[in-house]
Amino acid sequence: MQLVYFAKVRETIGVANEAIAPVDTICSIADMIDWLSQKSPEYAAAFADRSKLRFALDQVMATANTPIAHAKELAIFPPVTGG
Amino acid sequence: MIKVDITADRFDAGVELAPLYELSGGAVASFVGIARADNAIVALELEHYPAMTAAALNMLVADAQSRWALIGCVVIHRVGRINVGEEIVLVGTASLHRAEALAACAFIIDRLKTDAPFWKKEIHADGRDEWVEAKSSDVDAGDRWK
Repeated sequence: MQLVYFAKVRETIGVANEAIAPVDTICSIADMIDWLSQKSPEYAAAFADRSKLRFALDQVMATANTPIAHAKELAIFPPVTGG
Repeated sequence: MIKVDITADRFDAGVELAPLYELSGGAVASFVGIARADNAIVALELEHYPAMTAAALNMLVADAQSRWALIGCVVIHRVGRINVGEEIVLVGTASLHRAEALAACAFIIDRLKTDAPFWKKEIHADGRDEWVEAKSSDVDAGDRWK
């Protein structure tokens, strides 16, 4: 699936998007965050404060418990600040 | 008449609202958000999620239409660099009477601030920049419509 990052999350990780192959143990968005956090200190830092993370699955707002199922794109970003 | 636009360009709120005057309603309400000189900044940099932003704004407009009898609605949000004193966002609503137009306008801007994928970064005169943190008061304002 495609992962996309925005704002401070994107800057902390250092990439805007990446494709990852399916991982058997990843069911929910929270599982994905756990898995990504192991990848490098940058990911761990970006996802350290889970209360400051928001998600969209296939461009629809989602929560950490949302199952990823067959979604094509997961976006991970800080709380929005437009307007 | 519905218009949703995401643009890097400046816009003239008067020009954008004018089409709402011609819908035979008696009321047009509007809100214009301006880049404020918080923390002595010179500009804001607005990032967004291009694949999602228009859909999120259209969903807000549809939600407003389901709650109030709107005859027209305009939502324009800028992205990229926005200098202090420039417009960031315009919400315009048209209805037969003022109450519906005013309520729908407040609803759309309140919910836009919590539901639409935009992020603001503050740019200082010396080039330093800092991401703006979401405010709990904005979350409360969005929640009052739930």
